[in-house]
Parts: sequence; structure tokens; C-alpha cells
Amino acid sequence: MQRLARISFQTSGGSTTQRTLFAYVRMALGQTFGYSALLLVAVISLLPLAWMISTSLKAFGREFLFPPQWIPNPVVFGNYITAFETSNLARYFGNTLMIAVLATLGTVLSSSLVAFGFARLEFFGKRVLFVILLSTLMLPGIVTLVPTFVLFKTLGWIDTPLPLIVPWWFGGGAFGGAFFVFLIRQFMLQLPRELDEAALVDGASYFRIYWRIMLPLSKPALAASAIFSFIHHWNDFLNPLIFLNSEEWRTLALYLRFFLYTEAGGGAGLTRWNLMMAASVVMLLPVLVIFFSAQRYFIRGVALTGIAGR
Amino acid sequence: MAEADQPAVQRHRRRARIFGWTWRETQGFLFVLPWLFGFAIFIAGPFFFSFFVSLTQWRFIGDLKWLGLENYVRLLSADDQRFVQAVYNTTYYVVFHVPGVLIISFIIAGLLNRKVRGIAIYRTCFYLPSITTGVATAVLWYWVLQPNGLLNNFINIFLAPFGARGPNWLGSTTWAMPGLIIMSFWTVGTTMIIFLAGFQGIPQHLYEAAEIDGAGWWGKVRNVTIPLMTPQIFLTSVIGVIGSFQVFTAALIITEGGPADATLFVLLHLYQIGFTAFNMGYASAIAWVLFLIILFFTIVQFISAKRWVYYEGVRA
Repeated sequence: MQRLARISFQTSGGSTTQRTLFAYVRMALGQTFGYSALLLVAVISLLPLAWMISTSLKAFGREFLFPPQWIPNPVVFGNYITAFETSNLARYFGNTLMIAVLATLGTVLSSSLVAFGFARLEFFGKRVLFVILLSTLMLPGIVTLVPTFVLFKTLGWIDTPLPLIVPWWFGGGAFGGAFFVFLIRQFMLQLPRELDEAALVDGASYFRIYWRIMLPLSKPALAASAIFSFIHHWNDFLNPLIFLNSEEWRTLALYLRFFLYTEAGGGAGLTRWNLMMAASVVMLLPVLVIFFSAQRYFIRGVALTGIAGR
Repeated sequence: MAEADQPAVQRHRRRARIFGWTWRETQGFLFVLPWLFGFAIFIAGPFFFSFFVSLTQWRFIGDLKWLGLENYVRLLSADDQRFVQAVYNTTYYVVFHVPGVLIISFIIAGLLNRKVRGIAIYRTCFYLPSITTGVATAVLWYWVLQPNGLLNNFINIFLAPFGARGPNWLGSTTWAMPGLIIMSFWTVGTTMIIFLAGFQGIPQHLYEAAEIDGAGWWGKVRNVTIPLMTPQIFLTSVIGVIGSFQVFTAALIITEGGPADATLFVLLHLYQIGFTAFNMGYASAIAWVLFLIILFFTIVQFISAKRWVYYEGVRA
């Protein structure tokens, strides 16, 4: 009723009642349509994930029942145990975790260092270097694929996790790493300059200002970078595919692909979909946990770089 | 330079200069040095080396044979039928994927931008698929796109009255690519959030002014929302084009380029030639042609941006 009153107030003059009623009906229709559309999109977004979880709990041979069975009968939690028992799933999980954590640590530390240099210090060629940094984001990674393989092969790093970790300790020097420097720099630019100027007067070194003042204040940007980086490395497929061949260092992403065509997968046509989906859920779980616990950093990070891109 | 750090600057001036730089400048350089190293070793070096290799025949083991432009001639003269097919497929994908993602995220962000209750929950739902990209998503959609999978279960509800059934998405040369494109629309979350942030930055008084001028719903979208959103549209389409020309994961896992090369993307072709046949020279040439294609589209977008991208405050 309050809304109705407000509308009638706004559309003063003429046939007030008629226009009010019309506006109200229109608004109600608009709201209903808006909410239905949102709900529909939400369902479409979540349905495949729900399907994945549902299938991971189904008995073998009951995955393709029609009409689709959303709540499995019987519920087979044993699929998860089987998925771990029939393969080195725990090992692949550990490999992926180690690579993602070490790469993320390097990304956050080195990117913030470089970001501080670009955000707060003046030096010859700074503008040009920053443009180069940004333009590496536009450069398709495909061009350097073959030479980096050659480089790591020469160094004897193929089949070790080093190619997936070391480049990320070079502050945006890895492919796509410039994104993190950009994100953190954008954030640092918003921080008041009085803080570091005061510290400078007090005789603090620039490194001290970076480490003791800027880093703690940039926590939201660092958190966003860490989350983006972790999820990127966790999901990464192309680089492990090229740099890791042996089973020893296999990551979850690689394992899922091998599973699809070999091993317990049973080969083409005989894929054990329930186990496959159980392994997929295992792979998604950490990402989902991180996403839900740190959502605000996430959204903020996207928005920060997105807007700043103008 | 602010007045506040005047003493500090004076103190720095007293220090020794390195290559004619003040200590302050030297420090600034030291801070970005890790990036410069990384850039030289992992980006710039490989970039030029890749071009050099593309002019040779090199199987990694054994000698390098100088070919000049032969690899490029072979690619551009359509001697390599699969490469032509791959470029066609990739362009097909980009042409539908990029505008599709833009339109869908624009609509969803628009729906969210109203005064909706529980906006955070919806935003989470829509963004969730985007963080699950990669192999797990590809495997999931391999499953969804099966002839009796989730998508067809859904489609058949509408097709059943006509006695028709959903296609065998992955087994058909006609439907495999649309299948992959539909799958790609599932992960519009990032673009959606960039748009949503943009929507929220549009000043309300512009809509009010448009209303006074008698603009309806569409009039406001056309004359206020879209012009003010052009920076975001531009940014996401540039990134979208660069990214989608390099589409790879879904095709490798779901279709392996098939059936009959219907989903053979350029990067997949490059992977097969470079990393399963170890034909490094030819693979590098493919990379460079794709790079030039992407560069061309990026430059075209940047040039056209002058005509249609509106930066508030920059142009009156």
C-alpha cells in the first residue's frame, strides 16, 4: 500500500486513480516477470551441478534412467570410496593442492611487490613498462607454448611441478600473471598517500613501507588475488597436460581426463559415470568451499578490475 | 610531489646515484625487477623464439632445418585442410560465443540490477558455474550432452508433442559445435558481475532525466544504459575474443575434435601437431597465424571503439 501511495503522489494531475492502478499492475507484472526470469536462470545455473552430485550417488547402471531420477534410489555413498580405492585419487588431490598453494603464494608475494613499485614509486620508464605489463594480458598464451616447453625441457623440468610453480614467483612474469599485478595496483592506488609519506618522513625504507603498511592494508586485494590464483591453478588443464606426463605428478584435472578414456572409466561407451561424477565432485569441493567462504573478496576483485578496465 | 616528503627527498638526494638514477628511482626499479625478469624469460624470450622456430622444421630431437616462410605458405595456401577447418570452426565458435555471452550476461545483470530481494543469493547462483570451469565442467557437460542426457531430457519435453527428439549433440557434425557453444553459455558469471558493477555505477539522475523526457523502459535502456555501459562491453568483448579464439579444454575432453573434425579448434590442432607429433616448427607457425588473427580482431575492436565506446568525462 505504501508503494501505491507513492506512485499516486508522483503521478499527480489528470485521472490519478486510473494511472495509479495501471502503474501498479504494470509494476506488479514487471516484478513477477523479473523474479520468474531470475529464478529460471538460477535453476539453469545450478541444475547441472545438482545433477553431478545426484549422479555421483547412483548405483552403476542407473545413471541414465528416464524420466531422470533426481534423488538416487538406492543412494550409494560407496562410489566415493570406490573412486578413491580404484585409483590414486588421494595422491592427485595432494599434487594439485601443492601446486596450487605454492603457485598462489608466489603470485601474491611477488605480484604485490611489483604492484607496489608501480603504484607508489617513480622511476625512469615506469609508464612504458606498465603499458607493456598490461599488453601481456592481451597477448594470447598460445604463442609462447612451444618455446616454454622447449625451455623447461632444456632445464629438465618436464615431469616435475616446477614449470607450474616457478614462473608465478616472478610478479606477473608468468602468462596471465599481469592480471594480479594490475588488481593489486588498482587497490593500492586507492589507499591514502599520507600513510606512506608519513612513514617516509619517519625514516622507513620503501621495503618497510611495502611490508608493514601497504601489504596489511591491501588485504582485500591480496585475498581476491589468492582466491583467483588458487582456483586458476586448481582448474588448470592445458599446462599440466603439456608439462606433466608421468603418473607421479598427475593433477586432478589430468586424472579426470584419463579416467574418461581409460582405467575404471571402462573405455568409450562403458564409462562409469557414477564414479566419474564422484571424482568430479571431489575436484570441485575445495573450490566451492573457498568460494563460499570468501565470496565478497571474489566479487569485489572482479568488479575492481572490471571497472578499472575502462 | 607532496610537501610532506620534502625532507625525505633531500636525504635521498645526498645518497649516491646509480647509473644516474637517484636512490628512490633505483628502488622503484628494484621493486618491478622480478616482473622484468619473468617477462624476459617466460614471455618476451619465448615470443621471439617462437617466431624463429616457426621458420624452421624442428622435431625437437635432432637438427633444426631452416625453411624460411615455407610453414606459413603451407598454412595459408590451404594445403593443410585440417588447419583451414580448424580456423573455420574456431571462428564459428567465436562468432556465436562472444556476442551470446555479452547478451546473456547483460540481460541477467539487468534483471539483478532492479531492487531485488536476495540479490546476493542470485549473484552467487549465477557466478557459481564460472568458478567450476575446466575439466570438471567439461566432464559434466559431456554427460549432460549425451543423447539421453540432461539437456535432451529437458528439450524433449518441448519436442515430444511434435514427435521429435533432441539431437545426438556430440555424435553429429551439425550439432557438436552448437552443443559446445551452449555449454560455454553456462559460465557467463564473470562477465555478468563486471556488467552488474557497471550498472550500479550509472547515476540515477540520468534515468530520471530520461523519464522526464518521456522515455519508456526501452528508451532508457537504449539511451542511458547501453551508452554508459559501452566501456564494460568493450572490455569484455576484447577479452572474450582473445580467450575464445584459444578455446581448447572442452574440445579436447569432450569431443577430441570430432566427429570428423567438426570441433577441431586451432589450439587443439596445434596441440596435436606440437605435442603429440612433436612438429615444433609447424606448431609455432600455427601459433603465429592464430596470434595474428587475434591481433587483427583486437586492433579492429580498438579502432572501432573510438566510434562507439563512451567514456564519461572524457568526451562531452
